[in-house]
Amino acid sequence: MENSALEKVASQVRRDIVRMVSAVNSGHPGGSLGCADFLSFLYFEQMNFNAETFDMDGIGEDLFFLSNGHISPVWYSVLARAGYFPVAELGTFRKLSSRLQGHPSTDKKLPGIRMASGSLGQGLSVAAGAAQVKKLTGDQGIVYTLHGDGELQEGQIWEAAMYAAANNVDNLIATIDYNGRQIDGDVEDVMSLGNLAQKWLAFGWEVLEMDGHQFEDIRTKMTAAKALCGKGKPVVIIMKTEMGQGVDYMMGSHKWHGVAPNAEQLTAALAQLEESLGDY
Amino acid sequence: MEFEILGNKDTRSGFGEGLAELGRTNPDVVALCADLTGSLKMDAFQKENPERFFQAGIAEANMIGLAAGMTIGGKIPYTGTFANFSTGRVYDQIRQSVAYSQKNVKICASHAGLTLGEDGATHQILEDIGMMRMLPNMTVIVPADFNQTKQATIAIAEHNGPVYLRFGRPVMPIFVKPDAKFVIGKADVLAEGTDVTIIACGHLVWKSIEALAILKEKGISAELINMHTIKPLDVQAILASAGKTGCVVTAEEHMMNGGLGEAVSQVLSRELPCPQEYVAVNDSFGESGTPMELMTKYGIDTQDVVNAAMKAIARKA
Repeated sequence: MENSALEKVASQVRRDIVRMVSAVNSGHPGGSLGCADFLSFLYFEQMNFNAETFDMDGIGEDLFFLSNGHISPVWYSVLARAGYFPVAELGTFRKLSSRLQGHPSTDKKLPGIRMASGSLGQGLSVAAGAAQVKKLTGDQGIVYTLHGDGELQEGQIWEAAMYAAANNVDNLIATIDYNGRQIDGDVEDVMSLGNLAQKWLAFGWEVLEMDGHQFEDIRTKMTAAKALCGKGKPVVIIMKTEMGQGVDYMMGSHKWHGVAPNAEQLTAALAQLEESLGDY
Repeated sequence: MEFEILGNKDTRSGFGEGLAELGRTNPDVVALCADLTGSLKMDAFQKENPERFFQAGIAEANMIGLAAGMTIGGKIPYTGTFANFSTGRVYDQIRQSVAYSQKNVKICASHAGLTLGEDGATHQILEDIGMMRMLPNMTVIVPADFNQTKQATIAIAEHNGPVYLRFGRPVMPIFVKPDAKFVIGKADVLAEGTDVTIIACGHLVWKSIEALAILKEKGISAELINMHTIKPLDVQAILASAGKTGCVVTAEEHMMNGGLGEAVSQVLSRELPCPQEYVAVNDSFGESGTPMELMTKYGIDTQDVVNAAMKAIARKA
């Protein structure tokens, strides 16, 4: 896909995000905006999937697990824009009886979602299990995950990291949203991750670093990550992003992690984001 | 009713045999273990199906997540570790990735309760039935002996949904017929009686069988129900029996809070109020000792079932 086309998708996704959270005065816009470029690339260029015939098993398809489930707005928007369900349904986000729960769930059968997430740290284990079944059954699909950087403070992540390397789960590409922010402040201040690349290397993973807002760099690194699959090691991409990317007053702070813009702020946000594919 | 003792074995070995049989008959079954393969008797499955056996190491949270992920693609994962590490340690992983996500994971838990013995209270979980039965979508099964554990292990592969299967370490008498059919949610009436209904699960079923004989000598006719499925509970079996006898004893190797007794009392209090006595551990951790010493000390032995039955009968108006 042309970079300009991807930029149009991402811009519309960002509009969806701020409109969704503003409408219900709740949700997590900061990390969602920061991952809009990555998820747009993943679903509009990188992954192989059948949106119209979604089924839980995803045999022969690439799979994606969102481990940091609180950035559900970006995922819902990308899933809808990629054809998993009608974009109009984005207007039900966080409302009673909606399939678009505050955090992703499977119980209301929203196409595209294979695992609940929200309680952090569980997605890498799930993805490793799904990846091992693909290897067991000769399925060539790749399993992708996305994690918050703050989420890496959860111990289960490192259990899964150790396991995946020890068991050569080499059809697994994990991406870290390395925006340096979490609810209480900067990750560095809350609990430093130390040398993150060295940690993953020490756990036996292939490590790539990527600019999460430059489609050319995303393409280069995601292509490289895919090329590393099947060579014995799981792959992690440390993706540098800006929380709140695309909305000036949300950038440069952790304060918009889980706060929705009011009507006035929404207008200011939308003025910065092109309505490229039509609002829901 | 006469009870024929068919042998003496541990329930965990019933799990091991059932899993091995599944390995031979169901190619979708995979097994995971957190460094307790020998204790869980998973060796045979591992040896015969090395490509379908996943050693998770001492990392139970990851193991539950792996199992949840393995259902995607159609596998039926059986996880194996001690009951303590199968539940309390990984409650949130089970809650989100298995129960809420409705994944077809079979959580198989050995060394449950006091009868783990000498290792002491750190390993003797008495809260696991409570935790698991509180989870929506979860089926909770506590088979009574070696044969029933084997049958249940095989039967749950045919049930699409999360299951908690609880069994133990001590060698106990076998009394369930080897060809009996295990039906989830359908209680076994082991003895018919008219004075009191004893509803038991797990090792307490055998203790209750022993209690029947003592009660009979006292001229008491007790009905005995093996409530191997705690959830979904066989409400009809409870009501039919309690309606006849007018009082109930529940017997389990678990905390009084949250266990079988509490599940039964929910039914009785709403549908058929009558005296109920609880044979269970009363708000206490265990300690080191032999399994049988512990059952006596903590009030879940044969005599405790007898005493509870007498008390329940005395409370009938």
